[in-house]
Amino acid sequence: MANSHHSNDAASHEPAAHGSFKSYMVGFVLSIILTAVPFGLVMFPTISKVATLWVVLIFAVVQVLVHLVYFLHLDRSAAQRNNVIAFAFAGLVIVLLVGLSTWIMFSIHTAMMAK
Amino acid sequence: MFGKLSLDAIPFHEPIVMITVAMIAIGGAALLGLITYFKKWTYLYTEWLTSVDHKKIGVMYIIIAMVMLLRGFADAVLMRSQLAMATEGSPGYLPPEHYDQIFTAHGVIMIIFMAMPFFTGLMNIVVPLQIGARDVAFPFLNSLSLYLLISGVILVNVSLGVGEFARTGWVAYPPLSELGYSPGVGVDYYIWALQLSGLGTTLTGVNFLVTVLKMRTPGMKLMDMPIFTWTCTWANVLIVASFPILTGTLAFLTLDRYLDFHIFTNELGGNPMMYVNLFWAWGHPEVYILILPAFGVFSEVISTFTGKRLFGHHSMIYASGAISILGFMVWLHHFFTMGSGASVNAFFGLATMLISIPTGVKLFNWLFTIYQGRLRFTAPVLWTLGFMVTFSIGGMTGVLLAIPGADFVLHNSLFVIAHFHNVIIGGAVFGYIAGFAFWFPKAFGFKLNEKWGKAAFWFWISGFYVAFMPLYALGFMGMTRRLNTTDNPDWTPYLHVAFVGALLIAVGIACQLIQIFVSIRDREQNRDLTGDPWNGHTLEWSTSSPPPFYNFAEMPKANEIDPWYAAKRDGEAYKVPAKYSDIHMPNNTATGMVMGGLLTVFGFAMIWHIFWLAAVSLIGTIVYFVIHAARDDQGYMVPASEVARIEGEQHAILARVRNGQTNSPVNKLEQA
Amino acid sequence: MSNLVFDGAKGHDHGHDHEHDHGHHDAGEMKIYGFWIYLMTDCILFASIFAIYAVLVNNVAGGPAGHDIFELPYVLGETACLLLSSITYGFAMLAMHKGNKSGVLGWLFVTFLFGLGFIGMEINEFHLLISEGYGPNRSGFLSAFFTLVGTHGLHVTSGLIWMAIMMYQVSKHGLTGTNQTRLSMLSLFWHFLDVVWICVFTVVYLMGTI
Repeated sequence: MANSHHSNDAASHEPAAHGSFKSYMVGFVLSIILTAVPFGLVMFPTISKVATLWVVLIFAVVQVLVHLVYFLHLDRSAAQRNNVIAFAFAGLVIVLLVGLSTWIMFSIHTAMMAK
Repeated sequence: MFGKLSLDAIPFHEPIVMITVAMIAIGGAALLGLITYFKKWTYLYTEWLTSVDHKKIGVMYIIIAMVMLLRGFADAVLMRSQLAMATEGSPGYLPPEHYDQIFTAHGVIMIIFMAMPFFTGLMNIVVPLQIGARDVAFPFLNSLSLYLLISGVILVNVSLGVGEFARTGWVAYPPLSELGYSPGVGVDYYIWALQLSGLGTTLTGVNFLVTVLKMRTPGMKLMDMPIFTWTCTWANVLIVASFPILTGTLAFLTLDRYLDFHIFTNELGGNPMMYVNLFWAWGHPEVYILILPAFGVFSEVISTFTGKRLFGHHSMIYASGAISILGFMVWLHHFFTMGSGASVNAFFGLATMLISIPTGVKLFNWLFTIYQGRLRFTAPVLWTLGFMVTFSIGGMTGVLLAIPGADFVLHNSLFVIAHFHNVIIGGAVFGYIAGFAFWFPKAFGFKLNEKWGKAAFWFWISGFYVAFMPLYALGFMGMTRRLNTTDNPDWTPYLHVAFVGALLIAVGIACQLIQIFVSIRDREQNRDLTGDPWNGHTLEWSTSSPPPFYNFAEMPKANEIDPWYAAKRDGEAYKVPAKYSDIHMPNNTATGMVMGGLLTVFGFAMIWHIFWLAAVSLIGTIVYFVIHAARDDQGYMVPASEVARIEGEQHAILARVRNGQTNSPVNKLEQA
Repeated sequence: MSNLVFDGAKGHDHGHDHEHDHGHHDAGEMKIYGFWIYLMTDCILFASIFAIYAVLVNNVAGGPAGHDIFELPYVLGETACLLLSSITYGFAMLAMHKGNKSGVLGWLFVTFLFGLGFIGMEINEFHLLISEGYGPNRSGFLSAFFTLVGTHGLHVTSGLIWMAIMMYQVSKHGLTGTNQTRLSMLSLFWHFLDVVWICVFTVVYLMGTI
């Protein structure tokens, strides 16, 4: 059938290709853990506030990476290179935008003696 | 039913506006009448309005840019004449409420509706040809982008006759732009015109990035691409990275104005300074978006007219990249005085000064290209030489302003106005006019009249210096921007001189209009028969002028920098292929036009709070798009026989040129 | 979206030589890459909203702060809906690559339900806050909160509309090349929204409660 012939072709050429059942499940389980732990630490305070904050932030970053790798299929292959570069550049812009903006606004807040 | 809209919206009591509106209406009616009289509606619809051909879309962008140049320049003349008259206590003829709209509209129009479409148009016509592609990656999206720009243009121009425009300056800072201090519709016109056209620009950025990355002719490596394509690519990178910030910022202002949010308000916890921060986080990359393609034009012009290959092709690419990346780290220099303190100011001041280094690299590369070449002083070259001197001065005043201590004295003075006009006019405008002259033969098949072109240049450049050098002095003398009257007698002579400068530029623009008229009149004498009127280096010159609608019958060979130069050098130019193949082309579509039209209605309805109409037009836009997408138009095939016929016609012309059977002064086939 | 879709589904001549166009799959690949770049612009848009939130988070204007109004178990429920919907969309994509049309439709429907659940919970949360007088016009903090969470919610809603359209198109025309390309784009969109949600629940809800 033309459709299934075509979908097999698509599968073998498409760079944003599929994961597998296994990779989706790995991503899923990791995500659950990386969600449950931060929520748990905040809902039931166990460690210090500063430590909780660090755990929450680091787990968020890791979970974003898990999503990128297991669900969005970003990897180091040649097929994904353009996507990774685009993402890295957007990441750079975001770091500059949010980082420098926060520095600027916080400095104004301090220098202008805001309440 | 009609929201805030009523007949009161029309400014019957302002004669200047009513006369202008009447003239526009009469002119518009005359144009529509002419089209009807010559029975050109079908032609216009099928060949232009529904076209997805990048060359036609590019031409339409440039026409819009030139019309808006006239509108923006009219605003400039109004301002210069008012300031020349309203000295030493005299009120002039423009009251502040009107004058404030003029300087706001002038900025918005010149940046968003003149410079952006101008470069987008050149990019559209040239880039796919330079990379040996048949069209852009997403032709329908290209058409949609054009119509989103047109939506913005319509809204800005409608604001003249229906309602008012913003009175906030082109940056529209809150709290002035919030509902409390701008209760009218002016800021809403500003918001929606910018949101709609900004969306179009973002889509263009995506379109051309994918085009350049995925549709180059086989063999053309990224680093081999022509410099105009490269600078446009960096500009597109900046577009996709910065325009979302503008979209967000305007959306936040919209939420404040429409839904009583407190993001930028003074009261209840808003932070107006965050608008300034975010606006310029977009605004600074925006000016690099404006200048980079112009730099690309200069690279093409200089290398072509010296007959030498560009010096430092790779370093040009890296320098443009450095300018782009650094352009994301300097935006605070627009508000040094807002109080972020010495450390922050020092960082951004330093980063700003650093940008002059890669810019200097580019300038030296152009100079080294000219060195030991044989420069032909055509109009595009004159614009380029004028740019080199003028932009350098403007750049130096920029480095001066980058010193926070100096900026504390000069912020918001006419010194700043002089600086940015210096770089925008001397850089971007000169560049786009040079590009227009350079690629005009490619787009239309005949050259522009050189004499009127050179006259235009001399009036423009002298007018620029006469208009803006006094402003540097006035800035040092303490005159601030956006004043509509002055009372310092020391300033008066400078304001008079500046007005004369504006008149000189007006003559320059008149020369350009005459040039177009004369060139069309004399087109048969100035036909570009071979497609290579300047002995160019890049692939667009390998096609006929204008190119066939499919650009290339077969994918051109490109194994090194300057592939057309290489082909002529190796005796491979104008070869007739053994056989032709069918070519797959996209269909024209009216969807871009319809969506643009509906979104214009949406914008207008939002501005006037006609919310039922806004909802209907927005839903209509989405529904129309879904229907278009569901149709899944696959385009059509151009049979090889048709391709052969079209190619055959051009080869016959080339043969006649080769045999000296034509008397076109434009072409001599030297290396055929 | 481009008219220029090269795929073999509709009477395209296979006998041409490859050189004259880019081949069947490159157009789909180009669209997916173009969509990815658009998603990057959307990331930057969200970054500007996060920046606003960071600046305004303490501007409560005498009104409630985060810890006064956030209910973490509820947010955990919303997160579960979205995460599960990501997985089920993944299963839909696996079915698509196997050419299993009914599998695709089934998993898309489940995804849709989870997404609808997320939106329903969010609308409920907003409604509660507004009825207590803690709507976006109460303070800068609340404006930023509603803007950030609301923009994400609008994106999810758009995704749901798109998903419904795709379910209709797939049921009517099957897994054509065009539909597969569009399902791939929606997949990127849907997963990306889950990525943004990770940042939202971290920065807004968790950090607002610590």
